[in-house]
Amino acid sequence: MTGVQRGFSKVALFAVCITPFILVVMRAVEVMGMSLGPNPVTELLHTMGKTSLNILLITLTISPARRLTKINALVIYRRMLGLFSFFYLVVHFCAYAVLDLGLAWSTLYVDITQRPYITVGMLALALMIPLAVTSTRGMQRRLKRKWLTLHRTVYAIGILAVTHYMWQTKLDLLEPLIYSLILAILLGERLARRLHRRHVNAHRPA
Amino acid sequence: MSKTTNQIKPSEITPESAFLSRRRLLKSAAAAGLIPAIGCDAAQIPADGDFSNLKAWPSSVTEAPNSYEDITQYNNYYEFGTGKEDPARNAHTLVTSPWTVEVTGEAEKTGKYALEDILQPHTLEDRIYRFRCVEAWSMIVPWVGFPLGDLLARFQPNSQAKYVQFFTLNDPNQMPGVRRNVLQWPYREGLTIAEAMNPLTLLTVGVYGKVLPNQNGAPLRLIVPWKYGFKSIKSIVRIHFTDRMPQTSWNMSQPSEYGFYSNVNPNVDHPRWSQASERRLGSSLFSSRIPTLMFNGYADEVGDLYRGLNLVENF
Repeated sequence: MTGVQRGFSKVALFAVCITPFILVVMRAVEVMGMSLGPNPVTELLHTMGKTSLNILLITLTISPARRLTKINALVIYRRMLGLFSFFYLVVHFCAYAVLDLGLAWSTLYVDITQRPYITVGMLALALMIPLAVTSTRGMQRRLKRKWLTLHRTVYAIGILAVTHYMWQTKLDLLEPLIYSLILAILLGERLARRLHRRHVNAHRPA
Repeated sequence: MSKTTNQIKPSEITPESAFLSRRRLLKSAAAAGLIPAIGCDAAQIPADGDFSNLKAWPSSVTEAPNSYEDITQYNNYYEFGTGKEDPARNAHTLVTSPWTVEVTGEAEKTGKYALEDILQPHTLEDRIYRFRCVEAWSMIVPWVGFPLGDLLARFQPNSQAKYVQFFTLNDPNQMPGVRRNVLQWPYREGLTIAEAMNPLTLLTVGVYGKVLPNQNGAPLRLIVPWKYGFKSIKSIVRIHFTDRMPQTSWNMSQPSEYGFYSNVNPNVDHPRWSQASERRLGSSLFSSRIPTLMFNGYADEVGDLYRGLNLVENF
């Protein structure tokens, strides 16, 4: 891929990733007959949370897809995807803390400490902040191997995020289970590779 | 009135189908011995969809009702899908006429009744109630109906009738949602006989002066305004009088989260979320939650039903 192609494809990916945000803003200000419906806060909350989770799972697909297709260049999209997942997570959190709770800190405290689905959601947000902060190339260089270790917390974040989705679902677990299955495949592939590598190393002739 | 209008026969004014069904209804109701006297306010489902001569009810809430669109496009009716817009999209397949309600259990006059016979002796009222979903959203709805107790009395429940159970239609051909067992079908709900006889408990056939749209539980549903919305069972096909606390679908599915009583209570949280406040449908993105009222604001009317009952244990 040439530099121009890279640049162009990144702009295209940015446009795709920002689209859910533009759409939700258009629905919020009710243009072109769009709206968030009768329960706008809940709709905004759910849409942004789902978008963050969707992009997180796509981010986690990059490495296996790269190994499968042998297209190494896919890795250049991973940072942007990760940051967009974080962006939607922040919007999701703001919709909850500012619009839904009206910044009632005592309620926020009770929610975080007593409602398990909110506890795991907040934990996912907290764990994602260092990843966003250290996402720059400079940080990557400075942290060296530690960067890799740090960014492996994304696997834990994936599990927390899907758990958060599952635990807040009232009854119909079909969708959260589909998300769990996709996450299990993505993490399972990594685990299998790791076990395989260990096996190969152990049986290597001295 | 001019001379010409006098010459028009009633059969030319009334749509033929309505005219015939009205005649059929009167005949069958009389045969069933259900009509002591035929009043001019005999209730029926109007062919044109608009109820007329509804009796005003003095105790309606004074808050502005939600829009017809909000009430009919944001529904929980899992037989037509678990998304809020699913029922409005899918419920057109429900056939509401003819409709039969079977009455069983501890009562003298059990049997099958046509909807026309169920409604005939009653006077329909316009009642504006608060409606509070267990998911912590709420709305104000102008329902059309009559007190359930007036109907139940006609079936002459006996002294063993301590509870009343209700069942929704369960037909996979009309209801795509029942092909998946997200809840145990048929959907069922129940009340104590005292709750059922409370004058607030409304057997409902309409909203905003119009016939209930399918997604809102046509043709016949319950509205129990001091309980969470799922107690207000839709599209009723069976009423069962019993001496023991009946099974209810949500309780069967998640007994730790949904009790038999399910009275609106800001002091008893759902295990996973707070019930202290609610979001009013139709409010803006920036409007805040409003406090939830004990018994959804109907404490004066129904508080006595629960005197001495531990509402934390009997949630």
